[in-house]
Amino acid sequence: MKVIDCPHIGKRPMSEFVYGHEVREMPKPSEASDKEWADYVFSRDGAPGVKKEWWHHVPSGIWFVFERDTLTDKFIRLVDIAEVQYEL
Amino acid sequence: MSYRLQEQPFEWIDRSKTVNIEVEGRPMRGFEGDTISSTMLANGVIHMGRSFKYHRIRGPFTFANHDINALFENADKTHVRGDVELAEDGLKLKGANTIGGIAKDKFRHLSLLSRFLVVGFYYKGLFKPRFLRPFYERIIRESAGLGKVDLNWRGGRKSKRYGFCDVLVIGAGPAGMAAAKAAAESGAQVMLVDENAQIGGSLDYQYANDASVADTRSELKEAVLNNENIEVHTSSVAVGWYTDNWMPINTPNGIIKVRAEQVVMATGLFEQPSIFHKNDVPGVMMASAAQRMIARYAIKPCEVAAMVVANEDGYRAALDLLKAGVKINAIADLEDHEDRGDLAKQVKAQGVQIYDHHGIYEVEGKDRVTSATLCPLNASGELDTSRKTTVPCDGVMMSVGWAPATHMLFQCKADIKYDATIGQFRAQSLPEGMFAAGRVNGVFDIKDQIADGAGAGQQAAAAAKGESADVQRPEPTKVRQSHEYPIFSHPKAKNFLDYDEDIQLKDYINAAKEGFDNIELIKRFSTNGMGPSQGKHSNMNGIRILAKHTGKSIDETGSTTARPMFHPTPVGHLGGRRFRAERVTPMQESHVAHKAVFMEAGAWLRPEYYDTEATRTESIHAEVNAVRTGLGIIDVSTLGKIEVFGPDAPEVMDRICTMRMSNMKIGMTRYALVVDEAGVITDDGVVVRYADDHFYYTTTTGSSDPAFRTLQKQILEWGLKAEAVNRTGQLQAMNLAGPLARQKLAPLTDIDLSEEAFPYLAARTGTMYGKPVTLARVGFVGELGYEIHCLSGDAAEIWDNLLRDCADAGIRPFGVEAQRLLRLEKGHVIVTQDTDGLTNPYEAGMPWAVHMKKDFFIGKRSLEILKPLQARKLMGFMFPESYSGGTPKECHLLIKDGELNGRITSVSYSPTFNRYLGLAYVDDMNANVGDAVNVRLDDGALVEAELVSLPFYDPEGKRQTCDVDGTEEKVA
Repeated sequence: MKVIDCPHIGKRPMSEFVYGHEVREMPKPSEASDKEWADYVFSRDGAPGVKKEWWHHVPSGIWFVFERDTLTDKFIRLVDIAEVQYEL
Repeated sequence: MSYRLQEQPFEWIDRSKTVNIEVEGRPMRGFEGDTISSTMLANGVIHMGRSFKYHRIRGPFTFANHDINALFENADKTHVRGDVELAEDGLKLKGANTIGGIAKDKFRHLSLLSRFLVVGFYYKGLFKPRFLRPFYERIIRESAGLGKVDLNWRGGRKSKRYGFCDVLVIGAGPAGMAAAKAAAESGAQVMLVDENAQIGGSLDYQYANDASVADTRSELKEAVLNNENIEVHTSSVAVGWYTDNWMPINTPNGIIKVRAEQVVMATGLFEQPSIFHKNDVPGVMMASAAQRMIARYAIKPCEVAAMVVANEDGYRAALDLLKAGVKINAIADLEDHEDRGDLAKQVKAQGVQIYDHHGIYEVEGKDRVTSATLCPLNASGELDTSRKTTVPCDGVMMSVGWAPATHMLFQCKADIKYDATIGQFRAQSLPEGMFAAGRVNGVFDIKDQIADGAGAGQQAAAAAKGESADVQRPEPTKVRQSHEYPIFSHPKAKNFLDYDEDIQLKDYINAAKEGFDNIELIKRFSTNGMGPSQGKHSNMNGIRILAKHTGKSIDETGSTTARPMFHPTPVGHLGGRRFRAERVTPMQESHVAHKAVFMEAGAWLRPEYYDTEATRTESIHAEVNAVRTGLGIIDVSTLGKIEVFGPDAPEVMDRICTMRMSNMKIGMTRYALVVDEAGVITDDGVVVRYADDHFYYTTTTGSSDPAFRTLQKQILEWGLKAEAVNRTGQLQAMNLAGPLARQKLAPLTDIDLSEEAFPYLAARTGTMYGKPVTLARVGFVGELGYEIHCLSGDAAEIWDNLLRDCADAGIRPFGVEAQRLLRLEKGHVIVTQDTDGLTNPYEAGMPWAVHMKKDFFIGKRSLEILKPLQARKLMGFMFPESYSGGTPKECHLLIKDGELNGRITSVSYSPTFNRYLGLAYVDDMNANVGDAVNVRLDDGALVEAELVSLPFYDPEGKRQTCDVDGTEEKVA
């Protein structure tokens, strides 16, 4: 089982985390075409690479965003939430 | 005849204590420390089992549990591994794969039929005619498998434990012991694991008579056993590698899941057989097996031996045999003994006849080998069968090569290549946190092995501290240790590649010829390496044969995938003890006292009903009637309870729920429907507004965690000024419902319950019995009712007091079944029962719960698209009151003109309406109330039901105020 090394809470086994999917910015609902919206809702990019992902640490109840290389399964860095925030 | 020798320097037996066991009725005497196999040998018994396919008689072969010739069963265990399991006093065993015992096995002549039982004969021979297949199946099922599974077996679950260390060393041979010692002396916490009963490894059997290592041996052993920083686990197998050095160690007492900072693989080698005619006859064994017999158990392997060797280890074994009093009639060296160094010269000096460039072509013997026939090798590496030399012998020892135990190195994705110089796979580079030392690393000289282990131990200890150690490690050997092709064909076959599965050389080659010429395919088709030995004695030769057949290199041919567990692991170890979280509410004691029958709801135990009447149904109906006509109370503490604070709290609630929440008045409640981005219903509950910037919101049982996570994440993602708190465990709730609810509750609280002060859908805070509470007047079961939310510590007291103080009103606690029935009568949807993974609010008949005028809520855009596409709707239906046929059930189908027209999601017999009623999806947007639908029951009967409007019960909602407007009488 993988260990996630988080600068805030140290090394914790992956079983303490819930995966919250890749960080994706929602297109503006009022501007997106039906096709664009359906693509946002149903399509995911499965190609391996460096991705930002949400991870919820259950015991502490904290959401983290990590950058992870999904090819090598290496956690690269903790991402500041401000980087992934967006306005509707 | 006993084979027991005089005392050996490092023997594992305690001659002062005898043990008595019984194998198939035959009593045998051994010493404490003896294994089952060594006890049998000490009593002159070499027949240890029957082979899997042909039921050939088999004897000791690797003597290290790398084969399954010695496989037994007893009352407690299906598989008892004779080579490693201790002979415990009183043990009674029988062979695992026989009908009628090892000696008189009913199938003992099966190998005469071997030419009909080719690889793949199941598919080829037993396919036609079709009508015989059940017959074939019965025969095959009877003869397949190794042993009988006791279906009544209930014991044997072992606890799983966790282990942590800086450095985990796998293998306690010379390299492993040196690594553990060096790492511990560098300050690391070390765990040392070995599959054998004692540490020492090859030092104590291959090098038992090597005086040059005597001092090192005692020094290493003492250091390992006396260093408090080293935790030693013997008889324990590391069976797999998982990410970040997470390794299961199979100990006799269960699995230890070890998390190691650094791992040193000092796993060593498995000796590999030469393949020749009848290489499975008892008496034919690995040279290292003979050395184990002598050194560990003081067993003389045979009286007269012949050997086939291709490395120096063979001559070391020959010297051990000679020392044990075995006469060696011939040694066939596949190359030239002159190149083997000093040991070969010592053997020759003792008068042993060495045949250079010879191999063993065949052996004779039925119950035990009687002679071996040697032939010279020609230039192309084949045996010249025109020149045979036959020598009598009762033992044949093979020392032609090794396969490294690289399984876990493969698993951690080390870069492993075939090293043609040594003749074995070797890791060229290792991932971070992983070291290899000793012979698995290609280092063979015994002093080098120890130096290599010590170096790896130092490096691992340094790496555990985040440092690096500048250590000079020995180079891998430059001398070939494993012969490239010790494999010889024979017209009469019976030259076995895999002993578990009785695979002969020609079987394997034929499989390749049939097109299964990829290492993974040929494994599956031929079953090479698929027996319980998992290829330990057959995978390497399999690779060599396939490489030669296809003309590819060993690296091009590759090895099969080395998945964990690399050694069979008992099911009781894997299952472990059962740990299942079970949550109960503070009212549990009262539920039990009221004879609750519990059901699981997520992790919760909830009363399904209270067993008060003669039958389950009568109990549930009595609860329903209490709520409809008097007073009932249900524990709804399992609901998720989340509070949202902050200036942006109204915005958060608007975005999460389909209904608008920001315009709700303080002190009011509203139904909360939640959909996901695809517009699919995921949850429902009730939202209470405590203040402009403070909401309280309930989720369905089991949804509290995901709902809370989503809420938290959305607040972060949208950068809103709000904070969510999951109070599910801190707060409890109960719902008091029935026409007498207000009348009975009013004197018990300081909250004004009058219709004016506390209307339907309002929420008020105050106290009950001096405890702080929130009361919410919600629909829930369709009667006048109050949901009481309180602190966990107060919940049981309030509940018990209510039951006491409302006893005169006939209050009954009611369970989940009554609640479902009550809510069904009101047409309320249960999320995940009446909704599926595609249901949107329009289909569920809740367009009123979707406020499309809001700028945004999760799923709004999808619902805009879905609304005009609606193709089914959830409708109520009723059976006629006179109906008396089979029971309609959830998931029964609606049929129209022979075609599927919908599906029932909820159905129950309603004591209020005296008939079956329920909800169903109707796949027909033109269906109307009053139409008839046909329900197909389990037995295929079609029953007509009528579509009716919802809710079934109290469509005008008068019951919410029944005690003030005089609608006291039963509505239905």
